[in-house]
Amino acid sequence: MKKVYGSAAEALDGLLFDGMFIAAGGFGLCGIPELLIAAIKEAGTKDLTIASNNAGVDGFGLGVLLATRQVKKMISSYVGENAEFMRQYLSGELELEFNPQGTLAERMRAGGAGIPGFYTATGVGTVIAEGKEHHVFDGRTYILERGIVADLSIVKAWKADPSGNLVFRKTARNFNVPAATCGKVCVVEVEEIVPLGSLDPDTIHLPGIYVHRIIQGPHEKRIEQRTVRKKEAV
Amino acid sequence: MPWDRNQMAARAAQELRDGWYVNLGIGIPTLVANYIPEGVSVTLQSENGMLGMGPFPFEGEEDPDLINAGKQTITELPQTAYFDSAQSFAMIRGGKIAMAILGGMEVSEEGDLANWMIPGKLVKGMGGAMDLVAGVGRVVVVMDHTSKHGESKVLHKCSLPLTGKGVVNRIITNLGVLDVVPGGLKIVECADGVTEAELRAATEATIVG
Repeated sequence: MKKVYGSAAEALDGLLFDGMFIAAGGFGLCGIPELLIAAIKEAGTKDLTIASNNAGVDGFGLGVLLATRQVKKMISSYVGENAEFMRQYLSGELELEFNPQGTLAERMRAGGAGIPGFYTATGVGTVIAEGKEHHVFDGRTYILERGIVADLSIVKAWKADPSGNLVFRKTARNFNVPAATCGKVCVVEVEEIVPLGSLDPDTIHLPGIYVHRIIQGPHEKRIEQRTVRKKEAV
Repeated sequence: MPWDRNQMAARAAQELRDGWYVNLGIGIPTLVANYIPEGVSVTLQSENGMLGMGPFPFEGEEDPDLINAGKQTITELPQTAYFDSAQSFAMIRGGKIAMAILGGMEVSEEGDLANWMIPGKLVKGMGGAMDLVAGVGRVVVVMDHTSKHGESKVLHKCSLPLTGKGVVNRIITNLGVLDVVPGGLKIVECADGVTEAELRAATEATIVG
């Protein structure tokens, strides 16, 4: 079965519907599926629930879908850098479910691994634990968190081969791996599709079994906080 | 004179032990990396998926694929390893990180920490803070002892929503160092030029010993 598609719009054809649940990779603006986000904007799919660690910035990343009011609910750990997000949230137009970052990552991993729930000590004694089942193991209290299974995963990797094997680059791997595994369908955008056999099987970060459709594209890869140091005179 | 931000960071760096894997929070904790004592080798974890975090890049060498948890551009070191977010928090939750040094808004005498939201103000989210305080071996909080209005931030009970309950081991403030012990807080040391009486007066929490 052919996994390589010609464009983001083609790769998403037949997968989008109003009210759907999408899991997105990325951390801040690092390793975000920017081409697929743009294509979802073009498609106009509405009432989306999106599980993503962050919500982009105004005009880039998931901020693009917030600007067009396509998002009904976000499941995130940190949403600081987005004025439009805050405006919609404070006016009640947008639902927000805060998840601790590790709990969100593990919810995706568990969902993709066929595990419907798991116990964690994260959030015990905080608002996060309210309404959740508590259980004591070996004298310590844990809360039950649910695995996430999304209708669609949108992911950014560095390289793919035509069978869908993926390699990520540096910290751009982040949520892309757990997000990829928790979708019923996973669409991936990469910087380069390389010939079959050119990736060392020992260095593949995510095997192609998790990947259903692939596109290659030019990426902007915007930097959120440019921090540098001066070269010291030797 | 109370400690300034850099002196607090330098004091916090004295908590580090050779061979430890450590996570540094945003703000003053980030400065701790500048004061790691000679002969102490620590590996810094960045919870977005990296062990062995290096300094900021030289101008022109920034890489959009290489950032820390504060979304700042950084560099790698010879011992650097990358991994995904699920594995990153598996090592945090699994107790593999020896210590986290974090900022705080309030700490209670029972070691409760509040550092993620102020009701009625802009809520940005807890990020990885709840996972860190629940998972790492030791939690050190670095913060100012009092608010801008002079109210103690070291309290009987936190008034703000908690990040974790009973999670803090040691508090380093501009006035000194306190440990969370059964029954309250124990003064470990006072900042240079700060008397124990001044430290006690600025602390609402019960001080024992």
